[in-house]
Amino acid sequence: MYDKLWLIPLFPLIGSIINGLLGKRFIRNEKVIGAIGTGAVFLSFLVSCKYFFQLLGDPVKTHQNVIASWMSVGKLQVDWGFLLDPLSALMIMVVCGVGSLIHLYSIGYMHGEEGFYRYFSYLNLFVFAMLMLVLGNNALVMFIGWEGVGLCSYLLIGYYFEKKSAGDAAKKAFIVNRVGDFGFLLGLFTIFWALGSNGVWTLNFVEIAENGHLLGFGGAVVTTATLCFFLGATGKSAQIPLYTWLPDAMEGPTPVSALIHAATMVTAGVYMIGRMNVLFAMSPVTMGVVALIGAFTAIFAASIGFAQNDIKRVLAYSTVSQLGYMFMAMGVGAFTAGIFHLMTHAFFKACLFLGSGSVIHAMHHAMHHAHLDDDPQDMRNMGGLRKRMPVTWATFGISCLAIAGIPGLAGFFSKDEILWWTFGSSHGSIFVWVIGAIAAGMTAFYMFRCLFMTFHGEQRTHVKAKDHVHESPWVITLPLVVLAFLAVVGGYVGVPAVLGGSNHIHHFLEPVFGHAQEVYRIGIKEALEHNHAIEYGLMAVSIAIALIGIGLATMLYLKRPELPALFTRRFARLHRAVFNKWYIDELYDAMFVNTIKQFSLLCWRFFDVKIVDGIVNGTGKVVSAISAGLRHTQTGLFQNYALAMVFGTVVIVAIFIFN
Amino acid sequence: MIGVYHYMTVAAILFAMGTYGVLTRRNAIVIFMCVELMLNSVNLTFISLSRHLQSMDGQIFVFFVMSVAAAEAAVGLALMITFFRNRETIDVDQINMLKL
Amino acid sequence: MEILFFYLVALVALASGFLVIRCQSPVNSALALVNTFFCLAVFYVMLNAPFMAAVQIMVYAGAIMVLILFVIMLLNLGIEARQRYMRGIVWSSLGSLLMFLVALFIIKRGRVTGATGDITEYTIQNFGHTELIGMTMFTEFLLPFEIAGILLLVAVVGALVLAKRDV
Repeated sequence: MYDKLWLIPLFPLIGSIINGLLGKRFIRNEKVIGAIGTGAVFLSFLVSCKYFFQLLGDPVKTHQNVIASWMSVGKLQVDWGFLLDPLSALMIMVVCGVGSLIHLYSIGYMHGEEGFYRYFSYLNLFVFAMLMLVLGNNALVMFIGWEGVGLCSYLLIGYYFEKKSAGDAAKKAFIVNRVGDFGFLLGLFTIFWALGSNGVWTLNFVEIAENGHLLGFGGAVVTTATLCFFLGATGKSAQIPLYTWLPDAMEGPTPVSALIHAATMVTAGVYMIGRMNVLFAMSPVTMGVVALIGAFTAIFAASIGFAQNDIKRVLAYSTVSQLGYMFMAMGVGAFTAGIFHLMTHAFFKACLFLGSGSVIHAMHHAMHHAHLDDDPQDMRNMGGLRKRMPVTWATFGISCLAIAGIPGLAGFFSKDEILWWTFGSSHGSIFVWVIGAIAAGMTAFYMFRCLFMTFHGEQRTHVKAKDHVHESPWVITLPLVVLAFLAVVGGYVGVPAVLGGSNHIHHFLEPVFGHAQEVYRIGIKEALEHNHAIEYGLMAVSIAIALIGIGLATMLYLKRPELPALFTRRFARLHRAVFNKWYIDELYDAMFVNTIKQFSLLCWRFFDVKIVDGIVNGTGKVVSAISAGLRHTQTGLFQNYALAMVFGTVVIVAIFIFN
Repeated sequence: MIGVYHYMTVAAILFAMGTYGVLTRRNAIVIFMCVELMLNSVNLTFISLSRHLQSMDGQIFVFFVMSVAAAEAAVGLALMITFFRNRETIDVDQINMLKL
Repeated sequence: MEILFFYLVALVALASGFLVIRCQSPVNSALALVNTFFCLAVFYVMLNAPFMAAVQIMVYAGAIMVLILFVIMLLNLGIEARQRYMRGIVWSSLGSLLMFLVALFIIKRGRVTGATGDITEYTIQNFGHTELIGMTMFTEFLLPFEIAGILLLVAVVGALVLAKRDV
């Protein structure tokens, strides 16, 4: 029944290999390369659909498919195995679905780029790694995917490697991710050791979930391990303190930002917490940390989003902020809501990124046409594009509404459920709720600021380029439309009971999260469980906050465009701090990067040059000196050699005699 | 009675003489003859021990040593002729082509 | 009586060996070497190995020495022009002396155990030395014998190839 799961990651791997090996010399044709890349992911999508719907109608919700044994050490048995349960089924749908749309989009966006084949090869490889991460039935297979997506992220951020900033951003992403990966590995070892000392040597997720209770509720071991895992998650999912790489990652092509840095890879951390929910549920301390970090990241990143002028950077900070939301949800025990928000966020954020890509694409062409070298990503050069790019405007606008949490759209349902849980959950608190609500308002504000600066008002593009801005071709707009549609309807799988819905997604994910929530009593407080008044009230508050945010943006950027400049001048210091991202990068540079650099310099100048090179060169010099001496023995006269042979014989025979 | 040690002592002296000749003489042919001298001293050892141990194997060995010596003589002398033809000398002090 | 004869032959052998390494002219060395070979052949006879003595005279004193003399005359070599450096002589003497001492030490100290085989003097007298050699050679050592034949063939071909003026 579920024995062909391996097909899902296989297709993108094959596509990657074909395009990577043959693309440059043999295929060359962009259409064929694009078709192979998109087709591979689309095939995976079809297989995913089959299994997804099969799982929907199946009473048994957890299926493992082991294809081969990987290693067997003592009592530990690690397989090349895949795990299909509601969580991974949902994830493969998102990854393959959004992935294939973005592949299609890329054909248009990357048209004419040098290294087109390379791009598709990396992108397919990324999908492969992401599917391994999501589908792996044990932590090691997941770790392959975990590292694989990091690698592909590095490769794709550095796609324009001839640009120094792109190379630097790629390195930064990779190194910051390594810090997180280190935490992930530490967590893995801790769990492995702790379970092993209880007699269960395993890395299999199902077995970990079944035996997690052996570690003891709230114990130091489980807290340490989950904190380590969370460190891994902060690296991959760009949370405080390891979020700094994500905004820089915008150096990559825009579809990459959409796929990797908005919809899929950065959600790996959230997925991982979901996968290990039993362990996290056992440690209230970690849950608290996760919730607080998530909340702070949400509001912190949103504040930076206020003052960015680069359209992609705004979206990047928005992504960080929304990921913070998801972690907040995980932290208060709203696993379902977190995953739900992950899904809806994948839809509308991918749509936003692709929309920004469409705009950048158009701007780039217009500027290229007019021989200008203005920045095509700077929103100050945009404005008034609504007329010129109607489809992009419409889809971007819908997604903005969705992310702001306007009722009826996907973001509203997921965000509202998170806020409800932060308020009402046994792990939540009003404090977290307040932060979340403020962050929601800020999100609405900066997203609409972005929308207005890009599409409304006067067109501030250079006169020469103004009329060359056109709507993008269908391969770009089609994914936009599909994603915008999903951003509208995606939320209806999780309409809460209080609004008359039946919360399908909650029931669907119940087999994964229900157990932990039940055993460790994570849920809405009893006093609030049936208090619809409060739930309605909170909903109204969050809608009101979102509307206030939108209203402020309208006021400042649509009605009175001169006001923002005034604010900037009045609060110049504050603005400068926000504009420079609160100087966090500079702080990290001073604290970590420079320290390590100085240390490396010391290592280089002293240890490497003096000691290592000294040993190496010294060896050479000694050998050369010895040779210079020994050279004289090589007279070329055979009698000298014969004499040596005689003495040698004497010595050997003497040794034999006197032994 | 003449013991095996008598013969072997003579053989040892002859062997040492041959060694000395190989190491000191400069004429390649004389060196060659000294090598033959060494081989013969070994032959003497073989035969004396063969008699002493009342076995035939030592003498068979001498037979093979002789055939190798003959082959060596043929090839070695041919080499000397060739060398002399090219260099007009067989003085081993002039032959230092082993040095690169 | 026999021991006196042995000493006489040994003296001649060693003296001619000394001449081999001391003579200035290669022809003299060669003649001294022939003398040594004869002495060794006498030793072989004394050791009840008449076939080996015959082969010694035929192969060494006959074939090989004639070949060497031919080459000496062919190359028309004079006497060696100059002596070795003293240092070379000293080191060489030391080397050969050490070699001799080691050999002597082995001879004096070595335990050559008594009779082990079955080829006694009596057998040789009755059966004949040549027959015994032939029997051993063509039964036990047949393969090495054939290989020795091939070696000689190769040597002949090699000598021809090397000595020929134009190949």
